[in-house]
Amino acid sequence: MNGKRQRSLRRRTLRGGYLPDQRWRGLVLALGLVFWAGGVLAQGFAGLGAREDGYAQVAPGAFDFPADHGAHPGFRIEWWYITANLTGEDGTEYGVQWTLFRSALRPGGMVDQQAWMGHAALTTPDRHFVAERLGRGGTGQAGVSGEEVFSAWIDEWAMAGRDIGTVDLVAQGPDFAYELRLAAEGPLVAQGKAGFSVKSASGQASRYYSQPFYGVDGVLTLPEGPVAVTGQAWLDREWSSQLLDADQSGWDWVSLHFDSGAKLMGFVLRDGGGGFTSATWIAPDGTPTPYGDGDLTMTPLERHRVAERDVPVVWRVELPARAVDVTITAMNRDAWMPTLVPYWEGPVTIKGSHQGRGYLEMTGYD
Amino acid sequence: MRRAALHALLSHWRRRPFQLLTLVLGLATATALWSGVQAINAEARDSYDRAASALGPAPRATITTPDRTPMDMAQFIALRRAGWLVSPVVEGTIATQGGPLRIIGIDPFTLPLADLPSGAGDDALTASFIGDTGPLIVAPETAARLAGAVLPPLIARQGVAPSLAYADLPVAQALLEMTGRISRLVVLDRQPLRRPALSDVAPGLVLNAPEDGTDMAGLTDSFHLNLTAFGLLSFAVGLFIVRGTIGLAFEQRRPVFRTLRALGLPARSLLALLLGELLVLALLSGALGIALGYLVASALIPDVAATLRGLYGASVEGTLSIRPIWWASGLAIAVLGTGLAAISSLWQVARLPLLAPAQPRAWARASESALAWQGGAAVFLALLSAATLTFGSGLIAAFVMLGALLIAAALALPLVLYAVMALGARLARAPLVQWFWADTRQQLPGLSLALMALLLALAANIGVGTMVSSFRLTFTGWLDQRLASELYVTAETDAQARALQTFLTGKTEAVLPIWHIDATLAGQPGEIYGVADHLTYRDNWPLIARTPDLWDRLARGEGVLVNEQLARRAGLWPGANVALRDWNPPVLGVYSDYGNPLGQVLVGIDSLVARYPEVERLQFGLRVAPGQIDGLRDALIADFGLPADRIVDQTSIKAFSLGVFERTFTVSRALNVLTLSVAGFAILTSLLTLAAMRLPQLAPVWALGVARRRLARLELLRALVLAGLTFVCAVPVGLLLAWVLLAVINVEAFGWRLPLFLFPRDWLWLGLLSLLAAGAAALFPAVRIARMPPARLLQVFAHER
Repeated sequence: MNGKRQRSLRRRTLRGGYLPDQRWRGLVLALGLVFWAGGVLAQGFAGLGAREDGYAQVAPGAFDFPADHGAHPGFRIEWWYITANLTGEDGTEYGVQWTLFRSALRPGGMVDQQAWMGHAALTTPDRHFVAERLGRGGTGQAGVSGEEVFSAWIDEWAMAGRDIGTVDLVAQGPDFAYELRLAAEGPLVAQGKAGFSVKSASGQASRYYSQPFYGVDGVLTLPEGPVAVTGQAWLDREWSSQLLDADQSGWDWVSLHFDSGAKLMGFVLRDGGGGFTSATWIAPDGTPTPYGDGDLTMTPLERHRVAERDVPVVWRVELPARAVDVTITAMNRDAWMPTLVPYWEGPVTIKGSHQGRGYLEMTGYD
Repeated sequence: MRRAALHALLSHWRRRPFQLLTLVLGLATATALWSGVQAINAEARDSYDRAASALGPAPRATITTPDRTPMDMAQFIALRRAGWLVSPVVEGTIATQGGPLRIIGIDPFTLPLADLPSGAGDDALTASFIGDTGPLIVAPETAARLAGAVLPPLIARQGVAPSLAYADLPVAQALLEMTGRISRLVVLDRQPLRRPALSDVAPGLVLNAPEDGTDMAGLTDSFHLNLTAFGLLSFAVGLFIVRGTIGLAFEQRRPVFRTLRALGLPARSLLALLLGELLVLALLSGALGIALGYLVASALIPDVAATLRGLYGASVEGTLSIRPIWWASGLAIAVLGTGLAAISSLWQVARLPLLAPAQPRAWARASESALAWQGGAAVFLALLSAATLTFGSGLIAAFVMLGALLIAAALALPLVLYAVMALGARLARAPLVQWFWADTRQQLPGLSLALMALLLALAANIGVGTMVSSFRLTFTGWLDQRLASELYVTAETDAQARALQTFLTGKTEAVLPIWHIDATLAGQPGEIYGVADHLTYRDNWPLIARTPDLWDRLARGEGVLVNEQLARRAGLWPGANVALRDWNPPVLGVYSDYGNPLGQVLVGIDSLVARYPEVERLQFGLRVAPGQIDGLRDALIADFGLPADRIVDQTSIKAFSLGVFERTFTVSRALNVLTLSVAGFAILTSLLTLAAMRLPQLAPVWALGVARRRLARLELLRALVLAGLTFVCAVPVGLLLAWVLLAVINVEAFGWRLPLFLFPRDWLWLGLLSLLAAGAAALFPAVRIARMPPARLLQVFAHER
């Protein structure tokens, strides 16, 4: 049964159901989508690493909520990114991703000059379901409103509620669906220096805050039927106009829920040298402590062949300042996102100095 | 031995290079016309395929309004928000300075780009494609045609269907003046797990099963069948030449065959050598023919493209690409044709008795049995033709009928000529006249093939000429009726249209709205027009079927008129009802609507506005006194500010329509002239070949005291008599052909029936032309006889034959 499903998924992938059609690439690249795709930069694409005139530039400062939950069309890119670690009644672990990307086609912040892209994924220990949607701004097909009530949507997928602390999360694909209720059990957390997250030694940065304290319950729909689940979720909100340095080829990012109630966000931006690292330690009460370049160490321990790439699926993560020395292991090593811009994203389990679970994202493995 | 035999066989062509030329040219012409027509058809079909797969190689299901009128963009969003994976498409045709252009507006966000032709989906789709200022993606040949037109920037990509432009949705909506509206929604593969029923999300819309998109192929099938028939006819005429030449060459080589056989060459080897010779000749001539065919097709395809555009709205670029398949098919048909033409001669060689008299028998009297057989075949074919007409239906049946008719006529021709010769001989008193008839009759077998070819060519010429002229007469009369308004104006916006109506008050005799909306009629794309209740229509509208009080009832909204095409196609004559959007009105009358590929329904203007409130109200016909036309036009431009290109006068529309009409028949006429020249060539070669062999016939008459000069005049007269008789036979056949074309094939192909008019003056010209051709062909042999040294004639008696 399982093997059959896997084969069918693979066949679908090969046929191109999910696979980024090569012909899309011209459009995708031009849309300036949001990942650090190394190969893209190597080809000289004037992409995320390039400064482009006309876009707003991020600056340190206080957030303006709830307006900042909404879109910032003057900036080049932006996302609403939810990852959830869930458990079924029988103890089976699941992972869920819901992401809405906004990318400006041209500077100026015009609503019809925005491209929207949604990614949804549902990961079980042995399967990984993916769906992707694209939409034009200004038509009502996709968008985010932060005022009054909070609502982010593309097609029938939605993350919406009376405020960002209480949202329903809905998405589906041809072979899966989920409906989850998210309720914040802690405060919003500013990443970096009061929400100003530096990405490179030369100063590229974004505005970045998170809600890592969602409690979750809801229903997953798998091909064999509905599964009631509970768990925890993490929202990342980030926008910028110039995220990358020219020589950065991709990133490895983790969001970790420790059993102690503390959280850790960390990433490595890979470049020709030792990379650029950043981390935020979030105490159980939500108090963040940012750590700059070099404080966090992430070391690949084991690689896995997926989609004709060797992707590290076991990592050693060290943050000596907090006595963190853990090994994180992918729950499903095949959690590959064969979307227009492909990447790896899936749930991990944490062993070592701390226990828990979290999410791992790896981009730029071409 | 074989080598020597081959040498001996081939030496025939060296001694008669003209015969070789005839064979090669005959075969090449036949192949040329055939493969030229095939090339045109292939090019057009390829264009249709590309156009049909404009959005995806495999057709997808669509969601539309029930009558396929445009829908609102909000309905697309509502469906997407409900979980229906659909992609919006806006489609329409705009007029540009470079000709019509089909615009397909796509949403690159939701349409799988694999649906676009590989060229378009590539690098052309960048961020600059998206948004109001985006470009059009077109085929290179289309880009060349559109150079200079006022359009968004063009990006040329191979693989895009001709005369088609892809644009981002808002760009296309702006070009098509459909802002905020879309033509249809494409239903994508792999829909998500859950979605509500369509009727819950979008109650007014319907889901249509995937359509093959072969509308265009179906619509234009008749046209291409027409072309194919012409190609086939030309090929048949060419084959008559080939048959004649091969027959002569074999007859003349009988002594060689006999000698070779007597020297010990096995019959099998002789046959093999002859077959090899024919194959090489066929391949060489075929290749030459294909090259000629390419030239013919290149010369004709711009007109074909213009016709298809004007008549069917089909997009074919006026350029030709070389396809290996028609090289192959051209060569195949050349070889096949040669085989067909040579089969009886080869059969004779195979059965040649070793000691048979080795005389050329070109003038042998045809046996009674052969004539009887031919007559039987002619009668059978004539009966078949009549039966097909009575019981058959459809375009293929019509062509079968036509083919049988023409062949029957051709087969019957020698019989008719024999009868005339016999009659002539019986009526003649003077010995020389008697000899003239008898000798002419004896010559018939050698000439009959060429004469049959001439008959076919003349009949086709008369038939097609009569059809075209009848059509033109009907069409111009119809245009006068149909285009009764002196000026036609189109406003740019609804507001401007209202202002225009106010502006025109008192300045014209009448302002007649000409508003229409696209709709599906009897399952095919069509249009619904609204007409005002005005004398213009009552006096002029070209009705071919009517009911009492038609115009009053139409104005009251109690029924509709339909055009002839729709009436014939769907059987919608008075008494029937038309299914429209939530309306099922009776048919009050049928009007002729030449040149329109679409079905059309005419309703009262009030009904149109009431039932289709979304109809664009932009176009008006203005009735103005003849002297005031220019003044009103100037006032519209200067005082009202209407752009000049939005005003068209009756004369220009008529000129344009007649232009489309003339182009439609350019191809027919060109093929006709080519066929006739082929036939003329056949007569020439037959006479030339025969002339050389006629000395033994003429020498005794000369010896009896008839001067060479007189003999020559008689030879000339003979050719003229034969050509004249053939022409007389061709007239009724041609008229029959014209009738079939007008009353059967046109109805099937275009959906309208036309009255038959006779044009005797055209026949006179054609008759003179054929006499001239035959006279010219006979002149050279006649002059040779007149100047022949008596010694040559005496030699005939010296050589014991």
